[in-house]
Amino acid sequence: MTELRHTPDPTLSPALRAEALESLLLERGLVDEKTIETFIRTYETAVGPMNGAKVVAKAWTDPEYRRWLLEDGTAAIASLGFKGPQGEHMVVLENTPGVHNVVVCTLCSCYPWPVLGLPPSWYKDPAYRSRVVKEPRAVLAEWGTELAPDVDVRVYDSSSEVRYLVLPERPPGTEAMSEEELAALVTRDAMVGVRKVALP
Amino acid sequence: MERVHDMGGRTRFFGPLPPIDRDEPAFAEAWEAKTFALALLANRVAGANLHAFRYAIERVPEDEYLSGYYRRWLASAEILLLDSGILAPGAVEARARRLQGADVVEPAAPEPHKPTMPSGGGGNLRTVDEPPTFAAGDTVTTRADEPAPHTRLPAYAREKTGTVVALRPAQVFPDTAAEFTGENPQHVYEVRFDSRELWGADAEPASVTIDLYESYLEHAR
Repeated sequence: MTELRHTPDPTLSPALRAEALESLLLERGLVDEKTIETFIRTYETAVGPMNGAKVVAKAWTDPEYRRWLLEDGTAAIASLGFKGPQGEHMVVLENTPGVHNVVVCTLCSCYPWPVLGLPPSWYKDPAYRSRVVKEPRAVLAEWGTELAPDVDVRVYDSSSEVRYLVLPERPPGTEAMSEEELAALVTRDAMVGVRKVALP
Repeated sequence: MERVHDMGGRTRFFGPLPPIDRDEPAFAEAWEAKTFALALLANRVAGANLHAFRYAIERVPEDEYLSGYYRRWLASAEILLLDSGILAPGAVEARARRLQGADVVEPAAPEPHKPTMPSGGGGNLRTVDEPPTFAAGDTVTTRADEPAPHTRLPAYAREKTGTVVALRPAQVFPDTAAEFTGENPQHVYEVRFDSRELWGADAEPASVTIDLYESYLEHAR
């Protein structure tokens, strides 16, 4: 196995190194520009937290769907068209007044791409990855989420190919809202479990 | 040996959390987007797999690892391509200098030697004929053995006792797949640990649930 002996030459920017790598692979026909472009566009536009928000809003408004989602997350999520890499087996964790789930990947940054897209910078940050398994309440409080002392705090460390989506609590005062309006309230931080969904 | 990527509970990484920007785009800069696509494609071109990809990220030098997510992805793509003989050492650097206008000689492309590990199919979920060793409710202890170079048992959860809360689908075993020595598919369990077991009596009341491969576990004594 190759070990890189040292950190790459700092005078060569990552942008330049990426361009160099691309040109080496392109000229040998090992990759093509169209595929590169498709990968990028897919995660810039089609796959992102708006997918997970639709799942959550549907679960809030359709009790039958909610039951299915909690029982077989993979199938219930796929029924809305969301599947693919980093979503082979989905488990949905329901937050309630008594149980608060929060998800991390301490070993890398595993994240449920089909429903949340690529991980945001805070999820990949060493401070989040190191702290949340040891002091989840302090982490949540630092981001403005205070939990009552009797709440059962459950941290999930994504160490296998199972991917977790948190089903946040539906905020009070949203009874009259449509599924679409509800989806617009659901944020990616709430679907990881670091914050609650709030009215704007 | 403590490895940089294995961050859970390590106070050297403790510090203020970054702000949450709800509108953060998928990629902050164009080169990050390119690196994302190239790294996934490099994995394919190198004949590697998801576990080998993660193992390559873990072998990125510590300074580079800590310099950012897509910086380490870029370095790991290079490692995979070097490992499989697709690129020669120094090829990326030489090309980068040529792009800058320097007159440097590029190393010749080596003879590729891609790994050849039999695969039980796409993805990582597998069917295992042997019945699972553990069941929900069992008390299990994680192994104390020296971990494999790539493992999905976090250091903070080694030699700890927890409770099996669910059986997850059987999966390819990362520890061997990362080194192309075999898929060794096995049962995976959702195991819940009390925070006091992991961090001591003064720990914040909480639990940590980790998905653990059967090889990592034994019945609690």
